[in-house]
Amino acid sequence: MAYQLNVNGQAMTADVDPDTPLLWVLRDTLGLVGTKFGCGVAQCGACTVHADGAPIRACMTPIDVVGDAQITTIEGASALPVGARVQKAWSELDVAQCGYCQPGQIMSATALLSQNPSPTDDDIDVAMAGNICRCATYVRIRAAIKRAAGQEA
Amino acid sequence: MGIVQNLTQGFSPSRRAVLAGGGAGGLILAFSFAGKGAAADAPAALNAYVQIAPDGIVTIVSKNPEIGQGIKTSLPMLIAEELDVDWANVRTVQADNDPVAYGRQFAGGSMATPLHWEQLRQVGAAGRAMLMAAAAADWGVEVASLTTEPGVVVHAASGRRAPYGSLAAKAATQTAPELRSLKLKDASAYRIIGQPTPQVDTAAIVTGQPLFGIDMRLPGMLYAAYAKAPVFAAKVASVDLSAAQGVKGVRKAFVVEGGTELDGLLPGVAVVADSWWAANKGRQALTIQWADHPTSSQSTEGYAGQARSLVAAKGGKTLRSDGDVDAALAASAKTVEADYFYPFLSHATLEPQNCTAHFHDGKMEIWAPTQLPEPGRQLVAKTLGIAPENVIVHMTRCGGGFGRRLMNDYMVEAAWIAREAGAPVKLVWTREDDMRHDFYRPAGFHHFRGGIDASGNITAWANHFVTFGEGEATARSAGMAPTEFPAQFLDNYKLDVSMMPLGVPTGPLRAPGSNAIAFVVQSFIDELAHAGGVDPVEMRLRLLGKTAAAGGQGGLNAERMAGVVRLAAEKAGWGKTTLGPRQGQGIAFHYSHLGYFAEVAQVAVADDGTVKVEKVWVAADVGRQIINPLGALNQIEGSVIDGISEMYGQITIKDGQVEQANFDTFPLLRIPDAPVIETHFIKSDNPPTGLGEPALPPVVPAVTNAIFAATGKRVRSLPLNAAELAAG
Repeated sequence: MAYQLNVNGQAMTADVDPDTPLLWVLRDTLGLVGTKFGCGVAQCGACTVHADGAPIRACMTPIDVVGDAQITTIEGASALPVGARVQKAWSELDVAQCGYCQPGQIMSATALLSQNPSPTDDDIDVAMAGNICRCATYVRIRAAIKRAAGQEA
Repeated sequence: MGIVQNLTQGFSPSRRAVLAGGGAGGLILAFSFAGKGAAADAPAALNAYVQIAPDGIVTIVSKNPEIGQGIKTSLPMLIAEELDVDWANVRTVQADNDPVAYGRQFAGGSMATPLHWEQLRQVGAAGRAMLMAAAAADWGVEVASLTTEPGVVVHAASGRRAPYGSLAAKAATQTAPELRSLKLKDASAYRIIGQPTPQVDTAAIVTGQPLFGIDMRLPGMLYAAYAKAPVFAAKVASVDLSAAQGVKGVRKAFVVEGGTELDGLLPGVAVVADSWWAANKGRQALTIQWADHPTSSQSTEGYAGQARSLVAAKGGKTLRSDGDVDAALAASAKTVEADYFYPFLSHATLEPQNCTAHFHDGKMEIWAPTQLPEPGRQLVAKTLGIAPENVIVHMTRCGGGFGRRLMNDYMVEAAWIAREAGAPVKLVWTREDDMRHDFYRPAGFHHFRGGIDASGNITAWANHFVTFGEGEATARSAGMAPTEFPAQFLDNYKLDVSMMPLGVPTGPLRAPGSNAIAFVVQSFIDELAHAGGVDPVEMRLRLLGKTAAAGGQGGLNAERMAGVVRLAAEKAGWGKTTLGPRQGQGIAFHYSHLGYFAEVAQVAVADDGTVKVEKVWVAADVGRQIINPLGALNQIEGSVIDGISEMYGQITIKDGQVEQANFDTFPLLRIPDAPVIETHFIKSDNPPTGLGEPALPPVVPAVTNAIFAATGKRVRSLPLNAAELAAG
C-alpha cells in the first residue's frame, strides 16, 4: 500500500507492504542508501535514523508504524545544527576507517547531543553502546562527540 | 548513472595503454595517447596513475581496494609528493580491476606500503620529469635549469613559471623516463608524506553518500537473496519454489546446483525480486530439504576430543627440531606443561557480503566490494564458462575486509544469479548468511612443554600444535611456520603438528596465524618467566638478547624488537606503577607483516571475573617514515580494540553447522569497553612497512598476561570465561 512519509523535511511516497522495514524503504524504494544494513535485528545500530528527533533502528521499524513521524536520515543530518557540528567533528578528527557504521554513529551522536549538550563519558557510553564499529574507531568517536560538544580534551 | 560514477568512477586506462617495460609491478608510463585531438580542456594523462586538467586539478588513481585501511588516501599521497602538487588540488579515484595497468591489486598482508613506497613515488617523479621536459621544450632551456614548486614548473634564471595545467597536454607526449634514473626527494623536503591527512572519502562518508558495494544501483536492477545449506556445500535435495514465487514482488526463484569447492559457487536456492525485502521474504517462505553431507557429524566438541587424543598419542609430524628438547627438559631446574586453545572466529564485516552483477552484450559486468578482484574475475569466468576478458570487475569501497573479502564466493553467486535472472541483480546476504558462511579463523590447540634453568633462563621449548587439514594439505590459514618465534632463539626447540579433517571453510583473518600464535607463544613465555621468578619484560629481553643465528622468524630483527619492548615497558611505567588489588599489567610482543610491536595492557578484573582493559601502551617500529600519521594511529587503535574484541567471541560447530548467527551470539566490542590507547613510534632507519595488521596480535597475550598479574589465573583458553576469573 502507499505510505505518505516525511523524510528529511520532504514529503515522499512509498508503495510497499506494511511489514517492510523503514530501512529497506529508505534504501531500495527512496534511494537513500546512506542508512546502512548491518544486522537486521537492532544489534549494531548501522541503520540508526531519527523519528521526531529520537534515534530508532530502521531495520526493525515496520513502515506501518512510522505514521507522520518526521524521519531524519544521514542525508538530512547537515540540516540539523547539531548534526552539522557532529559531521564537522567527525571530519576534522577523521574518525572513520571503512566508514560503513559512521552514518549510524553520527545519527546516534546527534541525538545524544541534541538531548544533552554536555555529555559525560558515561552518557556517551550509554548513548553509543548500541552502535558497533567493527573497525573499532571508538577512541575517535568519543573524541569527536566531545569536540562537537565543545569539550576539547 | 551518477551513483555508479560516485561508487566506482571506473578509471581503466589499459585499453589505450602501451606497456613500457613494466616489470613485476606492471607500471605503465607510456601511452598511445588517446588525448591527442581531444578537447583542449580535457585532462591529459601522464601515465596510468596521473591525469592533469588545464585548471591544474590533478586526478590520481588508487590501484588497490579500499577496505578501511586508508589506501585510497595513502597511495595517492606517495605519487602527489613526488609529482610536487598541492594535496588540495588532488582528486583520487578508485581503479577498476586492471592487472595489465596496475599489476596485482589487493588488500592483504599489510603489503601495500612496502610494495609501493618506492614504486609510486617514482611514478610521481616520472610525471614531474615529463612536465619539466615539456617546459624545457617550450622555453628552449635545459631541464637541469628547472625546478618545481607545488603545481608549477619554475625557471629561476628567467623568472618564468608555468602551471602544470598549462603543460600537461605537452607533457603527456614526452617519453616516460626510466624510473630508476629518477632522483627522489629527501625526506626533509616532504610536504605531503608525513602530514596527518584525512581520508579522501571522509566528506562522502559523514554525509551518507553512496560509496559501498551495497549502495550500488543500476537502472532496472533487481534484488536477490540466496539460501545455502547450513552444512557447508550440502546440495538441495528438494524444494517447492512456488512458496517463494507466491510472495509479492518476487520475480523468479530457482535452484543453483553449485559445486563442492568451499570458496566457489555452493549449491542453494536463489530468489530474485523487485526489492531486497521481497526477495528475502520469498527466501524465508521456502522449505528446503538439504541432502545429507559427510561433514554433518563434525562439532567443536568432537574436534576437542580428537585434539586431546592426538596430544596424548604424542604423535605428529616434526616441522622443526633443534638440539635435544627431551634431554634439555630432563636436565631443567623446572618444567612447565600447558594446553592452550583458541576458537574459530568470524570476520563479521559490518557491510554483509554483497555484489551487483549485470550480464549484457556477452559480458559480465560486476561491482564488488572485494579485497582480491582478479581471482574473483577468474572464478566468475571459470564457473560461468565466460572468457575472462568478458568479465569486468569494478571495485567499490568495502565496509570492512579483515580478510573476508579475499574470497569471492559472493561475487560468483551474484554473477550466476544475474545471468539466470536476465537483469542487473544486487545480491545481499543477511547477517545470518554472513556469519554462517564465513571463512573462519581456524581454531587451534597447542600442547607446550618448557624448561628453565636455575637462573630462570629458558632451556627447552616444545610445541605440539593440533590443527586442521588432511594428508599433506593444511586447511587455509591453519598452518604454523617452523621459523615462528622463539625458534632460532633457543638451542632446544621442537615443533610437531597433527591435523584433523575439517568441513568448515577457513581463511585469513586480520594478521592471520599471528592473531592466534602470538596468544599462545607470548602466554607461554610468561608462564616460564613466572615459573623461573624472572620479570616478564626481563625474560623477553633475555630471549631477544640471544641474537638468532639465521635471523629468526622471517627475518625478525631482535634488536628492533627489543627496542619496542623497552619502549612499551618504559611508557607503561612497568614495575614502577602502583596497582590496586585485582589490577595488573601484562606485556607481549609479536613480529608480523614486517612490523615490530610490543604492547603493555593494564586490566582490572572485577570480583565476578569481568575483565576491564583500562589502557594499552603500544610501541611500534614500522620504519623511518609514517606516511599518514592520522591513518596510522587509527589503524593501530582499531587493531588493538579488534584484538581485545576477539577475546570475547567464538564460533562453534554442531552437526557440521555454525551455531552463532548474529551479534547477539557473536559479540563485538562496544564503546564502553574500549580502552585508552597510547601509541609511540620508533623511527628506525628502515623502509616503511604496513599498519593494517601487525598491531593486533600482541594485545591478546598482553591482556591475558595482565589478567595473570591481576588474579594469578592463567588464561589458556579463549574466549575469556568470567566464571573462571571470579574472585575466591
